[in-house]
Amino acid sequence: MAINSVWVFAQVTNGAATTGTLELLTKARSLSSNVTAVLGGDASGVAAQLGEFGATKVYATGDLAGKLPGVAVSGAMKAIIDGGDKPDLILFPQNYEGRDVLARLSVKLNKSVLTNSIDVAVDGDAVNATTPIFGGNTLVTTTFTGEGPYLVAFRPKSFTAEASGGAPAAITAAAVPDLGATGGAKVTAVHVEESTGPKLDEANIVVSGGRGLGEADKYAMVEELAKLLKGAPGASRAIVDAGWVPYSYQVGQTGKVVKPSVYIAAGISGATQHMVGMKGAKNIIAINKDKEAPIFGIADLGIVGDVHKVLPKLIEALKGR
Amino acid sequence: MNVIVCVKQIPDPALPGALDGATNTLKRDGKLILDDSDAYGVEMALQLVDAAGGGEVSIISMAPNGETAGMRTALAMGAAKGILVSDPALQGSDALTTAKVLAAAVQRLGGADLIIAATESSDGYTGTVPEQMAEVLGLPSVTFAKKVKIDGGVLKANRQTEEGYDEVECALPALISVTAGVVEPRYPSFKGIMAAKSKPVEEVTASDLGVTPAGWAGAGQKVTLVAQAEARQAGEIVEDDGESFGKIVAFLENLKVI
Repeated sequence: MAINSVWVFAQVTNGAATTGTLELLTKARSLSSNVTAVLGGDASGVAAQLGEFGATKVYATGDLAGKLPGVAVSGAMKAIIDGGDKPDLILFPQNYEGRDVLARLSVKLNKSVLTNSIDVAVDGDAVNATTPIFGGNTLVTTTFTGEGPYLVAFRPKSFTAEASGGAPAAITAAAVPDLGATGGAKVTAVHVEESTGPKLDEANIVVSGGRGLGEADKYAMVEELAKLLKGAPGASRAIVDAGWVPYSYQVGQTGKVVKPSVYIAAGISGATQHMVGMKGAKNIIAINKDKEAPIFGIADLGIVGDVHKVLPKLIEALKGR
Repeated sequence: MNVIVCVKQIPDPALPGALDGATNTLKRDGKLILDDSDAYGVEMALQLVDAAGGGEVSIISMAPNGETAGMRTALAMGAAKGILVSDPALQGSDALTTAKVLAAAVQRLGGADLIIAATESSDGYTGTVPEQMAEVLGLPSVTFAKKVKIDGGVLKANRQTEEGYDEVECALPALISVTAGVVEPRYPSFKGIMAAKSKPVEEVTASDLGVTPAGWAGAGQKVTLVAQAEARQAGEIVEDDGESFGKIVAFLENLKVI
């Protein structure tokens, strides 16, 4: 089936479209000249930016007034489709809101979903999505069958955002229909967790700690090293589950995907869950006691040693510079 | 207060995963265990029922071959009963079909004040089933809840966001998905393990639930190619001799990042 129209679920933060949105728009315009962004919020401040990256039109719901985007935006999308504007493919970011909108819409349209994908391509009549499994060792190609819209969520950084210089996207109001009982959840307060230094998924250098640190207090070494290198601290799922650091620090399949210039894994064995989130780093340094640890299989520099001995010396050496 | 927890019984994540050569789906024919991610939901449910001063926790699961080993773990922690949906016709079901099946299992239990699931499973991790269930059941939902309480019949949760978290209030009945670490799951006691053996687990098929299995044809997508990703090569591995930090400094210098 040819792709005539592609939608992108767009997100805005601090008055600008998110990098993930721009990545998806860049991909979308390579598949079709008819790219529409759908935004849960007000589009007046971002229509130019969305257009610059390939959207010709943006459907915007206006302020959601505390409604969660999952129910509200999927409801608006369904109403637009019922009204006759039906896309062949809808691209979602693999994140909290993207997953919710995708899931609700799949039920409303009775369509399957594909998540965690890294690419999508049109090959003749087939629309193929690529999804890594088993920690990224194996790539699965899935072909959509039957009628669209096909619903796919993509991992962050699957595509590189590039402006096309397009005109501002034309804004069309999209009404959120009556949500009934499903609209029973309301956001009552928003908390922004201030972090100093670069964001984990944008940092040039990431230093992550794992179970090999032994105890929660030792994570301070990871933070100190990250700070010295002007990087961001990250973590394996094991120490997030153990409550040492917040979920927002997690690198991996169920956390952030990072692609820094340098990734330093301290006391991380390299479970596939973790590797899928960091193996895209340009350079990987691993420090682990166990020389059989899988992380050494992908490290450019591997130190078989105790993080409690190596990290303090490394920190001292960097401080002295 | 009655709470239903959705649990998945998965192949041991410590063992390497494999695909079924004929169907290109995850092999799930070996021993299955309770997905670690689901232990948090079970614990959360037990604590909320405790705090409410009455009610019970039920467990629902979908698994091949009548597998209940993972459900027994949840029952040993303190859940009262369970429904297992086991049906060869459901093999290869996608997330949407799974959500329809689990939603029907919720209805078979007569619904609940609260339904809890993990944010995603550790084996397939599609990550949409909870929100799809909520839509099928016509319920409000709070996904990625990292702190949950019931206050005056209203659910209050902190929901993870990209920038921090949102405080969300939600009317009951509702569905929530909880992140790992939201509570500390208890270990089943010996008494709990013994008691779990005699707790009722009803085994039903898709047709018992009135769900038509979509099977392979109904999924709207098929796997057409499985290939190995380009492997990343290992570089230099050195044993720490007390001076190996110097290797790291030199490596970083060479990259001009320090």
